[in-house]
Amino acid sequence: MSVPHEALDFERPSIFRRIRPLDWAYFALVLAVAVIAHWQYGHLMDRYDTGGLILAAGMSAWLGWFWRPWQLFSIIVAALSLFGVWLYGDDLARGSTNFWLNYVGSGQAGVMWMSVMLYMATATYILGLFSKSDFPSRLGAAFAWIGSGAGLMALMVRWREIYLTDPTWGYIPVSNLYEVFILLAVMTTLMYLYYEQRTGQRTMGAFVMLVIAASVTFLLWYMWDRQAHEIEPLVPALNSWWMKIHVPTNFVGYGGFAIAAMLGVAYLLKHRFERTRPDAAITHRLPSKEALDGVMYKAIAIGFAFFTIATVLGAMWAAEAWGGYWTWDPKETWSLILWLTYASWLHMRFTKGWRGPVMAWWAIIGLFVTTFTFLGVNMFLSGLHSYGEL
Amino acid sequence: MNLAITLLVALAIASVIGTVLVQNQPYTDYLIDYGPFWHEIFAGMGLYQVYSATWFLLIVTFLVVSTSFCVYRQSPGILKDLRRYNLQVKEKSLRSFHSSATGELDQSQDEFLDHARRVLKAQGFKAREKKSEGQTVIAAMKGRWNRLGYLLTHVGIVVICVGALADGQTLLKVNEWLGNIEIETRGIPVSEVPKSAWVPVSNPSFRGMVEIPEGSSADVVFLPMREGYFVQQLPFRIELEEFRIERFSTGAESSYESDLIIHDPNRDEPLRHTISVNHPLIYNGYAIYQASFADGGTKLDIEAIPLGAEALRSLEVPGRVFQEQEIPTPQGDTRTIEFIDFRDENVVPLLNEEGQRENRHLGPAFDFRLMDRTGHGLYYRNYMRPALQEGAMYFLSGVRESPGDEFHYLFLPADADDSLDRFRTYLAMLHNAEVRNAIAREVAADDPSGAAIAQTTAELMRLFAEGGYGAVHAELDRRVPEEQREQVGQLLMRVLHAGLQALYMEVLEDEGVVSIQEEEQRWLEDAVSAINAISLYESPFFFQLTDFEHREASGLQIARAPGQSTVYTGSVMLIIGIFLMFYVSYQRLWIIARRREDGDGTQVTMAGTSNRHKVEFEKRFAHLKRWIIDQKPANGSDDDHRESTNKND
Repeated sequence: MSVPHEALDFERPSIFRRIRPLDWAYFALVLAVAVIAHWQYGHLMDRYDTGGLILAAGMSAWLGWFWRPWQLFSIIVAALSLFGVWLYGDDLARGSTNFWLNYVGSGQAGVMWMSVMLYMATATYILGLFSKSDFPSRLGAAFAWIGSGAGLMALMVRWREIYLTDPTWGYIPVSNLYEVFILLAVMTTLMYLYYEQRTGQRTMGAFVMLVIAASVTFLLWYMWDRQAHEIEPLVPALNSWWMKIHVPTNFVGYGGFAIAAMLGVAYLLKHRFERTRPDAAITHRLPSKEALDGVMYKAIAIGFAFFTIATVLGAMWAAEAWGGYWTWDPKETWSLILWLTYASWLHMRFTKGWRGPVMAWWAIIGLFVTTFTFLGVNMFLSGLHSYGEL
Repeated sequence: MNLAITLLVALAIASVIGTVLVQNQPYTDYLIDYGPFWHEIFAGMGLYQVYSATWFLLIVTFLVVSTSFCVYRQSPGILKDLRRYNLQVKEKSLRSFHSSATGELDQSQDEFLDHARRVLKAQGFKAREKKSEGQTVIAAMKGRWNRLGYLLTHVGIVVICVGALADGQTLLKVNEWLGNIEIETRGIPVSEVPKSAWVPVSNPSFRGMVEIPEGSSADVVFLPMREGYFVQQLPFRIELEEFRIERFSTGAESSYESDLIIHDPNRDEPLRHTISVNHPLIYNGYAIYQASFADGGTKLDIEAIPLGAEALRSLEVPGRVFQEQEIPTPQGDTRTIEFIDFRDENVVPLLNEEGQRENRHLGPAFDFRLMDRTGHGLYYRNYMRPALQEGAMYFLSGVRESPGDEFHYLFLPADADDSLDRFRTYLAMLHNAEVRNAIAREVAADDPSGAAIAQTTAELMRLFAEGGYGAVHAELDRRVPEEQREQVGQLLMRVLHAGLQALYMEVLEDEGVVSIQEEEQRWLEDAVSAINAISLYESPFFFQLTDFEHREASGLQIARAPGQSTVYTGSVMLIIGIFLMFYVSYQRLWIIARRREDGDGTQVTMAGTSNRHKVEFEKRFAHLKRWIIDQKPANGSDDDHRESTNKND
């Protein structure tokens, strides 16, 4: 009794069939924005800027197709950012006089909203882990979405604020620890939300959001104690279009490694509680060890792939700025050490099929190596990356 | 632990050493830091240049060799795997696969095969078939690129290491080992460096530094090597026309730029080019980078103002940065001034009147050291122009014991026309015994016990002029019993200040100033503090910069790295390979269809493997079975379906 083929779902619809009308509408919107941007400001762009515009538009459109929530997210963030930029006009002083800028639309306000929302997300996710209902975790996801949106908006508006402070300074806000910490929080949260949505496992958030909350805490301390949010001109060594791609690429890597480490913690707890306390919330609310291991692998894989790209981009930039693609500067060396750490992790998994607590521990140790590469090198070792000093 | 992991970990640990122990410092610094015993050991192990140490290069070489061997051993198998569909499989072996399934269908074999082909094609499999004695074998595979990923990542790593080794110091080290070249450890002019330390133009890869003062040129670079250097000959001469520092309105540097002229015998005309940070010049495979800057020997005109009785008789001192000058002191001694550095822009974060940190342009300043006959002395930084500090103008001179310390500042108050004239006059008069006595008499004139007070006043003024409050207190301690000191001390201070005030009146009168405002009163307080501080300043002069001819030097890094494109190629291979390995899943599937033994239908056996992701492949195999054998929709939600087909990571 053969079933007509049409009823079976093995025929992969062609790429164009899989894309829904709304996807096309999003693509058209991104294209239109890019075209308008070029039509309005093309005369101010060199070929790298134009390339950057095409790359950004292409990536946003692709991301929207690959992961639909990105569509609405990017539209809202873009609208809020434009609102903030529009409110400023060409007067930075409006940041403190205009009500909307003061409380919503300025870079500083965005960072505060991001911090509050990510803290609330952390709290509600933890509540969700111990609650019978799914509601707190869903609420946590909502806070996480709003928080990362606010953070991304903050970066966009800050970009404009830098130009308003002094048009000759103008640079992308990924130039110092304050700015990259915002980027780290936004990137890690978004990556986590992607995995949560794809796996349908919401309880992982209780762990992943902890590391994000920690980075927000550092950010706030850095802001209040060191006035790090103040806009300063760029040092000559950073004045290069390489920064625009090198730094964000790096943070996909750091974000992936951070998520993997926190899932490693979840894995170890689950592993322990399964034996000692089978009734505990952690035992039955957390996803299966296989699922945790799977997401951990995916996070490390994406992190490793992007970190490799970032390191190669960094080498190319170094060749242009410092006169050598590899000079064993402490930051470079620690990047290599970090790369070797995860290369070994992946190698063990691929060649020996290793799984389990050892790999979870390895991922956790990896986060310490990541943190040292990211922060420790700038704090304790001298070298060419010293502009990231605390 | 397998060999690969051991090597990766060894490389990581070795790399850590090089970041903890600061690399490539002068050997004398290491000797001070670690003492002769550990210094010998560290130097012997090459820990000061870990990344070019023989043992480190051996680890890298070993990694390259073992990876190459791994690729060599694996690639024939992989390539064969990619071509061979393996149609020889037996039903029995298929059943023993981890992922396998069987089914008995009523369809005819042709009907079934037709269906199976459609599913496989739609799912992106490539398939081969073999028919024999009523049985058909289909062997299918998908995601072959994944296997290519393995090759690309491993070959990529080898290529990167080979390129990097070619650009390293390997060749230099080999030549040194063969005795062709010898390192030079002395800091001597290039012309005096013996030929044995010279590296010929033919050297294909190096990275070195050279500092060129404005208006000068160089045709060599210095290659640092352990405790010394080699001199690398260049096939062209680089002239520095001008070095510039561009600044933002805040005074922070926005760009460092050098105008270069390349004189190459192979060119008809010299090449002019401006380089800056992030914008090097690549000339015939030589990359020339803006790396640093320094003073290039600025000419300084200096007025040495004696800080004593001779304050009004200053000396002209001609100076040049990096040179020394002997100066006779009014006391009949000589001091040697060594000019260390000059900066024409100095931006210092100072507190403004609201108490906030503010970057302030303090203008030109020069650094020097003033040594006595034994060679001892302090380090100084004097600013050319007076600076505004809390509402008044001061000439600043920083002093410190060694170059690593913080400066302590001497603030000499400027007068209304921003000069030191009033201070000099005041100082000279204070040091003059006759003037002191006259002033003291004047102060005591109205007092009944005039003579005694006048004598005390004059004596206190002398003590203060020569040793500040410290000398006054020492005298007090010597003469007055402890229990009366406080009381007497207060009285003496009042007497001293009355004298200093009267002296100041005299100075103002000479200047023609009649009414004394708050401003003038403040000047006196500042002058008194300054004179008090002079006793700690340890210099018989205040060196006032009057004019300068600025000459800067640009530090260029010059590199030749023929392995660079090799390294980049390897990097691209590595990145492509990583993505193929992570995001393309390699799957194989076999289907054997034959006539059912009990009748018309078809007996189907199917099995599959994937090189990793066991859990995910099981899910996927279940779907394939539903489609191919059960011929039903794979009962998952739409998302599950996409999960298994789209994202084969």
